[in-house]
Amino acid sequence: MRRRLIPVNVVIAALFFILLSLEPDQTKPPAAVMERGKAVYTKECLTCHQQDGLGVQRMNPPLAKTEWVLGPKERLIRIVVNGLTEPIEIDGDIFHNPMPPHAHLTNQQVADVLTYVRNSFGNKASAVTIREVKKVRAEKKIKKS
Amino acid sequence: MKTVKWYLSCLFFTCVIVVSACAEENKNIPDTTAKLPAAVAGPGLTLPDGFTATTVAENLGRVRHIAVSSNGNIYAKLERLKDGKGILLLKGGNAAAPGSFGNYPGTGIAVKDGYLYASSNSAVYRYKLNAANEVENPGKPETIVKGLTDRGQHNAKSITLDDAGNIYVNIGAPSNSCQVQDRAVGSKGQDPCPILDYAGGIWQFKVGTPGQEFKDGVRYATGIRNGVALSWNSSVNELYVLQHGRDDLHRMFDDLYTVKDNAELPAEEFLLAKKGSNFGWPYCYYDGKQEKKILAPEYGGDGKTQGRCEGVDKPIMAFPAHLAPNALLFYTGSQFPEKYKNGAFIAFHGSWNRAPEPQAGFFVVFVPMKNGYPNGEWEVFADGFAGSDEKRASGRVDYRPCGLAQGPDGALYVSDDNKGNIWKITYNGK
Repeated sequence: MRRRLIPVNVVIAALFFILLSLEPDQTKPPAAVMERGKAVYTKECLTCHQQDGLGVQRMNPPLAKTEWVLGPKERLIRIVVNGLTEPIEIDGDIFHNPMPPHAHLTNQQVADVLTYVRNSFGNKASAVTIREVKKVRAEKKIKKS
Repeated sequence: MKTVKWYLSCLFFTCVIVVSACAEENKNIPDTTAKLPAAVAGPGLTLPDGFTATTVAENLGRVRHIAVSSNGNIYAKLERLKDGKGILLLKGGNAAAPGSFGNYPGTGIAVKDGYLYASSNSAVYRYKLNAANEVENPGKPETIVKGLTDRGQHNAKSITLDDAGNIYVNIGAPSNSCQVQDRAVGSKGQDPCPILDYAGGIWQFKVGTPGQEFKDGVRYATGIRNGVALSWNSSVNELYVLQHGRDDLHRMFDDLYTVKDNAELPAEEFLLAKKGSNFGWPYCYYDGKQEKKILAPEYGGDGKTQGRCEGVDKPIMAFPAHLAPNALLFYTGSQFPEKYKNGAFIAFHGSWNRAPEPQAGFFVVFVPMKNGYPNGEWEVFADGFAGSDEKRASGRVDYRPCGLAQGPDGALYVSDDNKGNIWKITYNGK
């Protein structure tokens, strides 16, 4: 029996690697999360980043297919919670309007809206969890004290 | 048991793979909302009877303001460098092989009394022109003013010159409404607003004195959030400015302003800026329906109260909200019919803060003027830049009017900073 188990292990390992390469976290988040996220987006983000998530020339950066949205989640959460005052550059275009801090949003709302943004406008990326938002907010508190 | 576990694991992973594969399939469904509008051929502009528009140049880049010399040379200021250069020269208006110089991006450009003036986002330069109205020494401009505030937001240093040796520079406020934290929900307005000491107005400098700094300028008019469109009106010897009004009344104050209110407030203001004028930003905004300056909600306003805004200088005309006036030109030519003489052309870049309501603007407007004041209603002069009603509503337009200039023959030039087109509008009616 033991001899037969070794190849099964190998098969499982192989399957695991295939799974990783398929980026399993690119599956669509639950509809309820997307709906809640969309509600927050409409109220807080839409006037600047627009209905199609493509932003406004020179002013408000696009959210579609950019490293700022699809890259490290901590950085993205930090931008939403703490804001961003430095102009940013995407594909040679500079966007000048500041991103205001959104300290008034709950952890749930931040997680929902970022999950929505990372899975809308042609984006497909892993969900943002409440725990991840909490972690970023905690680091802000440490800095303050 | 162990074997069963392994097989269950295998089954589970297989399921996951199948699910993932389905998700992959979903990926192939095109998401039309994320697609940029396809490039289309330039549409014809719509103009009043007797006027014709011809495309002088296409795809020049981010052309902001333009200036035309007495022999028809077009100078265009680029907001994004092209091959390392920020100013284009179209000799005699010919777009084939334009010359280029100036290693700084920016908005302002003007030709006056044998000089070309151009601005970066923090300085103003000038170049001596030769008899052919070409720059003699493109690599070595004189620096007229340097060190002006550039914090990204509202940094366009648009310029205009009077006939007495002064240059006027827009120093836009790097802020929406001077809150402690710009554009943040719940952040109070600073009172007094410290930005007004160094921005949020029009500053006057001497044209012939190189090396001036901010402190050498005179704060000519204040309380102007961002006055990209400004022009000296030589027929009455006064400065006129159009203000980009504040944003985000609904997002930040949803208890006072609806989504629709946000799309309609505040008015974009046409200002006659006299020395010492104060138009009230950030404490006040102009409500075109109430025809009053209203106290801003960051300073305790509720959409109706005037308070400290009662005595603030009012606009000479109000336009719909968020249309973004980016250029102003007083027409002095004799090619156009009599009603256009000394009237004002205004290029509206088009809105974004009206969302989710339909966007608006993206046109050139005419205001008849008499003795320096509007003499009738404003009317749309040139339209069709957006490309279609759908494109206008979404804001994903073909062209965005940004600059205006008058040719020696009295033709009107319009520039676009989306693709970089320049049109020449002529009158051939009777």
